[in-house]
Amino acid sequence: MTTTHTELVVLGGGPGGYPAAFDAADHGMQVTLVDNGNGPGGVCLHRGCIPSKALLHVAKLINESREAAEWGLKFGEPQIDLDQLREFKNSVVNKLVTGIGQLGKARGVNALQGTGKFLDSHTLEVTNPLGQIVHLTFDKCIIATGSTPAVPPVFQINDPRVMDSTGALELADIPGKLLVVGGGYIGLEMGTVYAALGSKVTVVEFLPNLLAAADRDLVKPLQKRLEKQFAAIHLNTKVEALTATDAGIEATLSGEGVEPKQLFDRVLISIGRRPNGKGCGLENTKVVVNDKGFIEVDAQRRTAEPHIFAIGDVAGEPMLAHKATREAKVAVEGLLGKSVEFDNIAIPAVVFTDPEIAWCGLQEPEAKAAGREVKVVKFPWAASGRATTLGRNEGLTKLILDPTTERVLGVAIVGVNAGELIAEGVIAVETAAVARDLAESIHAHPTLSETMMEAGEAVYGQATHSYRPKRG
Amino acid sequence: MATEFKLPLLAEGISSADVAELHVAAGDTVEEGQILMELETDKAVMELPSPQAGKISSLLVKKGDTVQVGQAILSFDAAGAPAPAATNGETVKAAAAPVAEAAPVPAAASRATAAPPASTNPWADGKTPIAAGPATRRMARELGVELAKLTGSGSGGRITSEDVARAYAAKNSGGSGGGIAVSPLPDFSQFGPVEKQAYTRLQKTVANNLSLAWQIIPHVTQHDLADITDIEAARKRFVENAGKNAPKVTMTAITMKAVVACLQQFPHFNSSYDPHKSELILKKFYHIGVAVDTPTGLVVPVIRDVDQKSVVQLANELTTIAGKARDGKLSIDDMRGGTFTITNLGGIGGTAFTPIVNYPEVAILGMSRSQKQLQLSKAGDLEERLMLPFSMSYDHRVINGADAARFLVRLASMFTDPFRLLVEC
Repeated sequence: MTTTHTELVVLGGGPGGYPAAFDAADHGMQVTLVDNGNGPGGVCLHRGCIPSKALLHVAKLINESREAAEWGLKFGEPQIDLDQLREFKNSVVNKLVTGIGQLGKARGVNALQGTGKFLDSHTLEVTNPLGQIVHLTFDKCIIATGSTPAVPPVFQINDPRVMDSTGALELADIPGKLLVVGGGYIGLEMGTVYAALGSKVTVVEFLPNLLAAADRDLVKPLQKRLEKQFAAIHLNTKVEALTATDAGIEATLSGEGVEPKQLFDRVLISIGRRPNGKGCGLENTKVVVNDKGFIEVDAQRRTAEPHIFAIGDVAGEPMLAHKATREAKVAVEGLLGKSVEFDNIAIPAVVFTDPEIAWCGLQEPEAKAAGREVKVVKFPWAASGRATTLGRNEGLTKLILDPTTERVLGVAIVGVNAGELIAEGVIAVETAAVARDLAESIHAHPTLSETMMEAGEAVYGQATHSYRPKRG
Repeated sequence: MATEFKLPLLAEGISSADVAELHVAAGDTVEEGQILMELETDKAVMELPSPQAGKISSLLVKKGDTVQVGQAILSFDAAGAPAPAATNGETVKAAAAPVAEAAPVPAAASRATAAPPASTNPWADGKTPIAAGPATRRMARELGVELAKLTGSGSGGRITSEDVARAYAAKNSGGSGGGIAVSPLPDFSQFGPVEKQAYTRLQKTVANNLSLAWQIIPHVTQHDLADITDIEAARKRFVENAGKNAPKVTMTAITMKAVVACLQQFPHFNSSYDPHKSELILKKFYHIGVAVDTPTGLVVPVIRDVDQKSVVQLANELTTIAGKARDGKLSIDDMRGGTFTITNLGGIGGTAFTPIVNYPEVAILGMSRSQKQLQLSKAGDLEERLMLPFSMSYDHRVINGADAARFLVRLASMFTDPFRLLVEC
């Protein structure tokens, strides 16, 4: 067993860990990046955001090729070569992983493959895949161990046909019938992929709504479309049990008007993710891990140990890659003793379904729940020229404003490319723009971004392409 | 369940206020509209009426506290009280059920750093994050400028990086001349007993404004005497005959009218200078500020459109607004938009003084106590005349000395020869 010393150890190589390692190296620190995966990138790159988006792109192509029939463009049914599709997805991942690896090398970041465990507040024990152990002593540390799909014991029946998101992304086969447990963003995104590939998808959600955290105005158009693509969406329904049989996985469902026993070829458990705060020896330090598994940190992302920071999923909600990346920069500046805080007020949330849903800042339901008075303006995409050319008028752009100052407090969008459009909303909220700033900035025509401008215009009466009859 | 009452937006650009006086206590039952407290902002003292009738279950602020807009100030006991009526113009509603997110305290944390959990939602509990972009927030943090205390100059009250730079400069010049850092004062108690009196916000604002004016404006003061023997006699006759309930026509009211006649003849005295754009902004309106000494400090209420009002009307308005000023009831609008200021110390005494221009105006007229003096008449005889001393300070960037002398000579001549007042005003 060897013992080596490093100035900074970053534990976890995901979208929090690797930017932290890079940034610290750029600031002249000697950095070791410890990651238990096969190359950097974390869940996001290997088993999350990136592979799912590659597959969603394919799903969209399939759906559009079918919808094109309405415009006089008829294609045959797609021939799906699953091996090649899987290869495409893997090549996307590999390309990015290799790129990150090279960027790390160029910066002199020392990459160490293995699983880390704290022995004390200055020593990390790293066990590599061959079982070899290295003791790494460090001056400073950034913990970025991320999160894991949550699979409650009742669903752990030790059958490969019951998958979490990682399993679903492996694309072992195209199941005839797929049960998606949980109507959150992961379930709906993967459900969309499998439905496009030909699976009959049933979504079961325990709560009364899909995407419970999102504004109903945004979910409505998506749900309408998903109802056509999916075999069934059961809300207010609980999956009581899963039983493996030769014919498939038998699910016991309890919900009003829901057939209680149903057979599926595969089941995807997508009910949420749990932070990886436990099991890495933090009890041997003063770092505080709460009951949910999140590490307690301050505004700089500093833990109760002044030389140890935590970022990303393990440091708190929302568990989003881009939040982790921003926290990485904050933590490194914190380590350097700079005056810095994670003070962002607009963290975009994007659901990459079709239509996409995206929002940032204060949302209408949240404002209502808090009894806060806000001004809400909506611009329906039925009035957008660009949306019409795409044959996708179901979208909606919504601004949540301060009723007095007209400051943009939040933005919510549903529609094609909402995930790209929300960037303007983030800038508006984060820089405290007012509605007039949006209304009086020129937006290129014809683009979907015009809906932001026209929503801004609607604050002052009428938007050019939407007329609301005057009351009177 | 209790309902919270949060500080509503008091006026545009006002983000916080100090509690000057509390009129209620926990357990009190109040009527809708009843005054709960007096709040002091940078500009004025305001009364805060109750948005609803009900029993106050708890008071969340005390005298002297600084309260942010949107901050809960008290809670009403909802039992037996009517639902909170939405008062018109209210921008902040009482939260129905504020869900306090209990911040778990790290048990083993030996240091105080691990304060709020990272998941703290910046929008929770009806909070509105400070209106400033990330670059501005960073700049403020690095310069040690507290954003919550700044008033943004951008649209919607947005704080710009220029606002931060200005606040930083003001902080580090200590409000003294030329951006020189002010070293801390010695501990005077080593020399003898002292008493410390905290400045109110109004006093602080006045101090800052005066420092600013003194730093920015190259001041020159021009003095002159006006022979007011005849006009004072006429004024007295008028007042005596006007009856008891008539407004008291004072020398200040007459001076306002005369000043406006001069401003019309010398338009650049009724202007502001913008050094950033190198341009003079000539104002086509005549709103005259009148400095009023009040128990809580100096305020300058503004009388609007003096050119369109008679001396009697002005006298009337002066009486009203001076009363309001002394009672601390001036609104922010009462003190905005002045184009020229008059400060009259004649009631107290003195022969001359050098007033500080009320920035961003460019001139101020000071009046001292009128005195009987022996003057030579045209015939060469000694006569007793009543002379009023004028001291006019001006911004030498805008007004040159010859024009200042001309302005003051013209003004004095209107008093010496009241017929001119009649003809020219």
